[in-house]
Amino acid sequence: MLPTPDTSHVAYERVYEPAEDSFLFLDTLSSPSETSFLQARFHVSPSTHTAPPEPLVVEIGPGSGVVIAFVTAHASTLFGTRNVITGAVDMNAHACAATAETVRRAVSSNPATASTAFLGAVQGDLGAPLRDRSVDVLVFNPPYVPTPELPSREERQDGERNDTRESFEEDSYLLALSYAGGRDGMETTDRLLDSLPHVLSDRGCAYVLLCAQNKPDQVKERVRRLGGGEWKVDTVGSSGKQAGWEKLQIIRIWRDI
Amino acid sequence: MKVLSLNFLTCAVKTCKTQSTSYPLHPKDAELVQDDIELNQDFLINLLPRIDWTALSTTATELGFPALPPTPPTSEELRADAKTLRDLHSLLLETQMVEGKLVCASCGHEYAVREGIANFLLPSHLV
Repeated sequence: MLPTPDTSHVAYERVYEPAEDSFLFLDTLSSPSETSFLQARFHVSPSTHTAPPEPLVVEIGPGSGVVIAFVTAHASTLFGTRNVITGAVDMNAHACAATAETVRRAVSSNPATASTAFLGAVQGDLGAPLRDRSVDVLVFNPPYVPTPELPSREERQDGERNDTRESFEEDSYLLALSYAGGRDGMETTDRLLDSLPHVLSDRGCAYVLLCAQNKPDQVKERVRRLGGGEWKVDTVGSSGKQAGWEKLQIIRIWRDI
Repeated sequence: MKVLSLNFLTCAVKTCKTQSTSYPLHPKDAELVQDDIELNQDFLINLLPRIDWTALSTTATELGFPALPPTPPTSEELRADAKTLRDLHSLLLETQMVEGKLVCASCGHEYAVREGIANFLLPSHLV
């Protein structure tokens, strides 16, 4: 069992606290099936025995940063090499700052296995700031709870978002962003899935968490029809079995290369 | 944010994605800090094939670093060239942009960088 990154510095009144979904990512990404998938894809090519260019791993919506810090700190255990580039995009500036600190702590606690190439966390909407087809491994723990609508806030008169304001209202908005998924809990995940053909590289893959109310079978069917229908999808991790239903599951989305 | 990240970032405005001038973003009023990280030769050699060298050259010059060679070194050349290895390591992995702006040459939008975090959220009229 690999150590879980320390997030004791994170202000949970405005940043999502690591929970069962976060820990399912740690277990899934370090499971034998996924480490062998990642190593076969991104480490040493079996045909030429040469190392392919290092993968870029990006977490969308890292919150506390516990998952991307885990990937960065245990890079060689997961990928078979420390030569992995990592980064993150979150709408919440506090989450970006928390993530940078969580990664810094996790890397200094695991110097033998950690990547030294965490790029940083930028504030943004899903993959919008990223150059097309650059991400090799995308990790997304979405706002998946069904809610009547997505969170929104007023803009100031000058068009700037008032994101330096520290108030109860602002904190509630930021926390709502981390869990409220709108219709079927899928409004944000649907946008992310639609963007995958642009965001992922030719060898790119994505790990996305779903809950039972997201109608996972329908989601998987939709993924198989993305673009030209060349995408594959499998459930690679699950937790909270109740009467035959997985409460949470992580799907892996990829193309054969 | 590491300078290497500028090789993977672009303007968040949808109509800019197809404009070649939207990449790379141009640093403005950049404040840089230097970390001390152990040099990893294999990392840099393996990075070359996935780097946009032209964009990196632009970034390096705009940040006031010495000009990069016009074409990327081959992995053999880089392995034998301690100075270029050192320079690339320093630029890509040790240098962080902590304050300033990143400017899109296509639409002119300026993305603020504060405390090492660039803000790519767009005001509603640009979404």
